[in-house]
Amino acid sequence: MAQSAGLHEPESRLNAETIDNHRALASIQEELEAVDWYAQRVDATTDPDLAAVLAHNRDEEKEHMAMTLEWLRRRDPMLDQHLRTYLFTSGSILELEHEEESGGASSASDSSGSLGIGSLKGSGR
Amino acid sequence: MNHLLRSYAPISDEGWSELDREVHERLLPGLAGRRLVDFSGPSGWEHSAVDLGRVTDIDAPAAGLQAAQRRVLPLVELRAGFTVSRAELRDLDRGAVDLDFSSVDSAAKRTAEAENSAVFHGWKSAGIVGIADGCPKLTAGTAFADFPKHVAKAVETLLSAGVSGPYGLALGPDGYTGVVETTEHGGLIVFDHLREILGGPIVWAPGVKGAVVLSLRGGDFLFESGEDLSVGYQHHDAENVDLYIEESFTFRVATPEAAVALNI
Repeated sequence: MAQSAGLHEPESRLNAETIDNHRALASIQEELEAVDWYAQRVDATTDPDLAAVLAHNRDEEKEHMAMTLEWLRRRDPMLDQHLRTYLFTSGSILELEHEEESGGASSASDSSGSLGIGSLKGSGR
Repeated sequence: MNHLLRSYAPISDEGWSELDREVHERLLPGLAGRRLVDFSGPSGWEHSAVDLGRVTDIDAPAAGLQAAQRRVLPLVELRAGFTVSRAELRDLDRGAVDLDFSSVDSAAKRTAEAENSAVFHGWKSAGIVGIADGCPKLTAGTAFADFPKHVAKAVETLLSAGVSGPYGLALGPDGYTGVVETTEHGGLIVFDHLREILGGPIVWAPGVKGAVVLSLRGGDFLFESGEDLSVGYQHHDAENVDLYIEESFTFRVATPEAAVALNI
């Protein structure tokens, strides 16, 4: 079982959005863990048919992870901002971080300017 | 640097951090619509329109052809300007904490009110139909001790239409004050009674006229964000820096019967 499967704080003190996000994050962890396990079993087995099935299953877990990550991105403006900075780029990833944080006159003035508010559903009084 | 042109502003990193924090804090209490409707995005400043999945027939270019044009809902750009004194910004960099950001407050209020108004009452010139525009309406009045009866009637109306809960309540400022101040016969606090009836939040909603009870089940009301609320730079002189709060968005109602408006 993934290490993040349980809540770390009393449920009564968490809002519904945090609990749903936890479900998604735990699912992503489980999917990635499964990718790792399948990849090792593909290497280890001597049966080519089993290796093919396991490789297929491994790649399906990657799809599941991507779908859940997209669900999270749509609800988390800060995650959205980071993914837009780093995904589908080329060259040095560390250079991207440098450009994001200190490429201009000031780090704040080069940020997106978004206040990162997004959805407030589930945080009503 | 993006179109907000923040790097052209004569504002330090500390200054930007404090300004962003101030705007964030002053916007948050008034953003009622986002507490009650689905939020999609942000899809970025470049995002211009939402697909509606519908077409309008148009004249064909020649005989023997049919033509139709896809319908979209364009996003609106909403901007509220404010001015910050450069002397205040210099004091901030010196460590001052009692800064005068009154114009930030005013811009944040205007923005939140406009966003709520678009969500609940529509914005005709932007093509936005609000939640209260097409939903059933009931009269509640200002006898707030009786308000739970009207909200219970609204919930019953929703249940009869097959709209499940939980339900939320958006209350304009006057109605919110009336509800918070009132106790029912027997001493029961109206606010607490309403929460039991609704199963969801009661939200202070500047820009909302009266009150709106709506389902929170999801899929009925959709706020589409292009650029989420951001702070940008306009210009500056020796004394002041002109900035603005900006967002792009539109709003759609998929299920008009998933809400009930209460006239107060």
